[in-house]
Amino acid sequence: MVEERINNAEKTNRQTLPRWVVGLVFAVLIGFLVLIGLGLRRTQEGPIVIGQKVPYFELKTFDGEVYHTQQMQGKVIVVNFWASWCKPCEQEAFELEEAWQFYKPRGDVVFLGVDYVDTEPEAKAFIQQFGLTYPNGPDLRTRISQMFRIQGVPETYIIDREGRLAFVKKGPFLSVTEIRGAVDPLLP
Amino acid sequence: MIGKTGLLRRLAWLVVLTGILMAVAVEPVSAQQPTPSDDDVNRVAKQMYCPVCENIPLDVCPTQACAQWRELIRLKLSEGLTDEEIRQYFAEQYGDRVLDVPPARGLNWLVYVLPPLFIAGGVWIVARVFRSMVKPSAENAGASLETTPTPSAAEDPYVAKIEEELRRREREGG
Repeated sequence: MVEERINNAEKTNRQTLPRWVVGLVFAVLIGFLVLIGLGLRRTQEGPIVIGQKVPYFELKTFDGEVYHTQQMQGKVIVVNFWASWCKPCEQEAFELEEAWQFYKPRGDVVFLGVDYVDTEPEAKAFIQQFGLTYPNGPDLRTRISQMFRIQGVPETYIIDREGRLAFVKKGPFLSVTEIRGAVDPLLP
Repeated sequence: MIGKTGLLRRLAWLVVLTGILMAVAVEPVSAQQPTPSDDDVNRVAKQMYCPVCENIPLDVCPTQACAQWRELIRLKLSEGLTDEEIRQYFAEQYGDRVLDVPPARGLNWLVYVLPPLFIAGGVWIVARVFRSMVKPSAENAGASLETTPTPSAAEDPYVAKIEEELRRREREGG
C-alpha cells in the first residue's frame, strides 16, 4: 500500500514538471559541463613543443610599430620574453643585442623582445639602459606569453624558417656563442 | 632733462618689458593633482592581482613587479584617472585576470547570469516538487479513504465481532 502511494506520488511529480523545463535544465547543465570541459582542456594544454607549428602572433612595439609573424615567413624568429623587474634578464640583454647586431645584416633573422607584465616607463628605461635596438613591445593582455605558456622570464623561443619551434631556452643566455649555437643551425 | 611725456613713455616701456619678462620667466602652470597617498594607491591596488605572484592582492604583494605596478597606479591617479579607469587600463595591458572581479563582457557574462538563473530555477523546481508532493498525498489520502474497500462486517469476522461488542455496550449503557 505504502509503495503504491510512493509510486503514485512519483508519477504525479513527473507529470507536474513540463518536458520543456526538463529539457532546458538538461541543456543548461550540458552547456555548463561543456564550458568547464573547454576550460579544463585549455588549462591542461601543454606548451608548444619543439617541431610544432607556432601560431602566428602580433607584437606592437613601444614605438608603435606592428610586427606580425605571418609576414616573417621564411625567416628565423628569436622571441625573447623579458621584464624590467627581472634580474636574470639583465644578464642576457647585452648578449641578445650583440647577437642581433651580428645577424641584422643578413636579413633572415628577426629578434622580437616581448615585455612580460611590465610597466612602460621601466621597460623603456631597460631598453635604453641596455641599448636594445631590435623590436621590443609589451605583451598586451599576456596573449603571447599565454600562447607559449611561459613559466617565467627570461625565456627564449626560436622559430625556424618553416614556422616550427626549433629551440627553447628557459633562463638567460650566458654568451653570444650560446645564442649563435642555437640560431646558426637553422640558417641555410 | 626728461619731459613728462618722455617719462611716461619710459614707464610704459618698463611695464611692457616687465610683462614680457614675466611671461617668459613664468612657465605655464597646469592644474596639478595632489600626489596620491599610499592609501589611495592601495585602495585601487587591493582590487587587483599580480599575474606573476598568483593569488596575492597587489596591495600586499612584495615583489618588485608589484611595487612598479603600484607606482604606475600612483602615476595614473595623479594624472586624474578614476579607480575604474585605472582598472580598465590594467585589464587592457595585462588581461582580465589581474582584476579581482571579472568585467561583465563576453563569456564573463555567464559568471553573472548563470548563478542567479540556477538559483531561481532550483527554487522553482523545489517549490513545484514540494507542491506536487503535498497535493497528491492529500489527494491520495482522500482517494484511499474513498476507494480502499472497507471490509464489511459480513466479510471480516473481527470487524463483525467489534461491531457486535459496540452494540452490546450501547445496549448495556443505555
